[in-house]
Amino acid sequence: MNTTTQDTDATLDPVSHDDHHHDGPPKGIMRWILTTNHKDIGTLYLWFSFIMFLIGGAMALVIRAELFQPGLQLVDPNFFNQMTTVHGLIMVFGAVMPAFTGLANWMIPLMIGAPDMALPRMNNWSFWILPFAFFILLSSLFMEGGGPNFGWTFYAPLSTTYGPDSTALFVFSVHIMGISSIMGAINVIVTIVNMRAPGMTWMKLPLFVWTWLITAFLLIMVMPVLAGVVTMVLTDKYFATSFFDAAGGGDPVMFQHIFWFFGHPEVYIMILPSFGIVSSIVPAFSRKKLFGYSSMVYATASIAILSFLVWAHHMFTTGMPLAGELFFMYCTMLIAVPTGVKIFNWVATMWRGALTFETPMLFSLAFIILFTIGGFSGLMLAITPADFQYHDTYFVVAHFHYVLVSGAVFSIMAAAYYWLPKWTGHMYNDTLSKWHFWCSLISVNVLFFPMHFVGLAGMPRRIPDYALQFADINQIVSIGGFAFGLSQLLFLAVVIKCIRGGEAAEAKPWEGAEGLEWEVPSPAPYHTFSTPPEVK
Amino acid sequence: MTTKHEAYYVPAQSAWPIVGAIGLFLIAWGAGTFVSQLETGGGVGGYVLLAGICVILFMLIGWFRNVIDESMQGLYSAQMDRSFRQGMSWFIVSEIMFFVAFFGALLYARQFSVPWLGGASNNAMTHEILWPTFEAFWPLIKTPGGTETEAMGWQGLPLMNTILLVISSVTLHFAHTSLEKGKRGPLKFWLAITIALGLAFLVGQVYEYKFAYQDMGLRLDSGIYGNTFFLLTGFHGMHVTLGAVFLIVLLMRVLKGHFTPEHQFAFQAGSWYWHFVDVVWLCLFVFVYIL
Repeated sequence: MNTTTQDTDATLDPVSHDDHHHDGPPKGIMRWILTTNHKDIGTLYLWFSFIMFLIGGAMALVIRAELFQPGLQLVDPNFFNQMTTVHGLIMVFGAVMPAFTGLANWMIPLMIGAPDMALPRMNNWSFWILPFAFFILLSSLFMEGGGPNFGWTFYAPLSTTYGPDSTALFVFSVHIMGISSIMGAINVIVTIVNMRAPGMTWMKLPLFVWTWLITAFLLIMVMPVLAGVVTMVLTDKYFATSFFDAAGGGDPVMFQHIFWFFGHPEVYIMILPSFGIVSSIVPAFSRKKLFGYSSMVYATASIAILSFLVWAHHMFTTGMPLAGELFFMYCTMLIAVPTGVKIFNWVATMWRGALTFETPMLFSLAFIILFTIGGFSGLMLAITPADFQYHDTYFVVAHFHYVLVSGAVFSIMAAAYYWLPKWTGHMYNDTLSKWHFWCSLISVNVLFFPMHFVGLAGMPRRIPDYALQFADINQIVSIGGFAFGLSQLLFLAVVIKCIRGGEAAEAKPWEGAEGLEWEVPSPAPYHTFSTPPEVK
Repeated sequence: MTTKHEAYYVPAQSAWPIVGAIGLFLIAWGAGTFVSQLETGGGVGGYVLLAGICVILFMLIGWFRNVIDESMQGLYSAQMDRSFRQGMSWFIVSEIMFFVAFFGALLYARQFSVPWLGGASNNAMTHEILWPTFEAFWPLIKTPGGTETEAMGWQGLPLMNTILLVISSVTLHFAHTSLEKGKRGPLKFWLAITIALGLAFLVGQVYEYKFAYQDMGLRLDSGIYGNTFFLLTGFHGMHVTLGAVFLIVLLMRVLKGHFTPEHQFAFQAGSWYWHFVDVVWLCLFVFVYIL
């Protein structure tokens, strides 16, 4: 049955009286397993991602412990390879992407005034297949012959001819991760296109919504290509096909082309939502409107389009015609233009603003500065002849950890602090959160900045041993790594304390914040916007 | 200003997704262990895989029955209908990209890897050192490693199958226009014809595979030509099977009197899917068989 309701003004009725809905959440564990509620599913995604962040982080600490001194110390090289591989897979597919999906689930319906995600049951399915996928991936570590040890990029023939017996489990778990991402992306796009409240026109959408819309498009375009390439790895390894074997007419380089056609847009999938988060937080704590809203939208779209044209910059040393190397070099450099527009706009937003430095703002500022450093090292890597020197060294490791840890992960932390009052109804402990921020900021730089130096000096990545002259810097890096890892336990403490209690949060705890999400009470009721608000 | 809104139907809890998640887990784990132990007979993996497929089928039947019931109760607003349509369109986009990966591999092999192995471009030394007797041509009926096979022609069965599938797209279109005009008789007739043509196509594919394996020595492991041939036609065949099941369910619903010119999302989705499968075949016919 359809109930027809009328909106006469912008007054919001967040609590549903529709008889399809329960007013509050059901009790017990089944609430979480059977739920179709976007807030519940968002919470599940966020917790899942945090647990994966800790597991993947523990693996990083195994790597850093091994590299604390030259020589083989703690683990055998094959296990070291499994750690680098599974650390990468978990952080990309288990920590960063689900965290963004969790934020999308929680915030997009609230931001656009929708009652829920467009396809709520599929939403549940796309979450609940993820823990199973990672269960399969992690269990393969305990099999005879070990788990995946070919790097998260699973280049053929490392994953085909030389892969462990458990490679098939890796392949199928990646398939499930892909299915989950595609369904999540379809849900996000349909929600944004179809469920906006009346008056929420395209150019009024919060930038977090815009960036996620474009991210979801990228996901739908490239996750199936990942499914295709893992399928080819599976048939090459187990069914004697020769996609990546020259003896049968194939080519291992073809693997890299197909993989990076997925892999490059993938790195934008992990940063575009960050841009959206920072574009929400910086104006709120600068008490100004975002500078250059429409240029932000166009810049995001340009980055997304360019991301399809730069994949081979990961392959400069693999062998490519000169024209190809030049094309991919210039296209890659072109991405610096829309990215520069974004950095400029954030800085211009702060210019002459009434700035305050609450924890979300601190993380956003750190994001802007450290992501820019990662962007600059990216430009260095984009220069083909220079890349011949940097390729597969710790310089690359430093580069992508600057954009992914002090970029993507910092923005997720910023988002968590920014919206925690809305989620829990409590303010977080300010002192503890500042400790978390300063410890993270210092340790992340101790961890990753010196990697540039050893990289430029020629230390290769993914090797458990190294030449003696790299020992000092590796010790500093390892100390930074353990400090960063332990700092994240502070974050766990802040979140748990905030859920259990604390100063009550107002509907809009941040003076300068804008958006529909601040018009519903804190904590947000179980059902919001069953009657769409009118956006003026 | 007053605007009217229909309530968007947000289902209460549902058990189907978790059933589906368990099914998918069993499929992935079962298939993974089965494939990795193929040489020793597959172990228990095969049974786990079968169990997973059964759970997924159970889930699909239950979930779709659930959705159909809700639809027939009139719970779905026009906005909901748009959500379904957009969701289906994006699903088809993702399917297209899956095929793009395999067409990409085919293109790369034909344009780059095979000619390069034969010494094209600046690869004279590659050719000289690796396989000096190898001659590059397409279809690759003798691989550098020495596996020999025959090329599948486009005349005969493949051409027949192409015609069948193109006609089935047209007949499905007739069925759809009949539905939109409210003519139930022609709707049933054309839909049944479409299904028959789809099944005939599948039978043809089975014959073609049998012929390839037994008489031509064209196998999945016959080098990059056999690889791309069987994976492209194989994944396409799986999609035709899925599409045919979809159409059979639609026919059963039509016989029960479901769908009106206004309320026909499932029919629309099934027909989009069928046309998509048809277009993929046309690309296949051109790039795999003819060229």
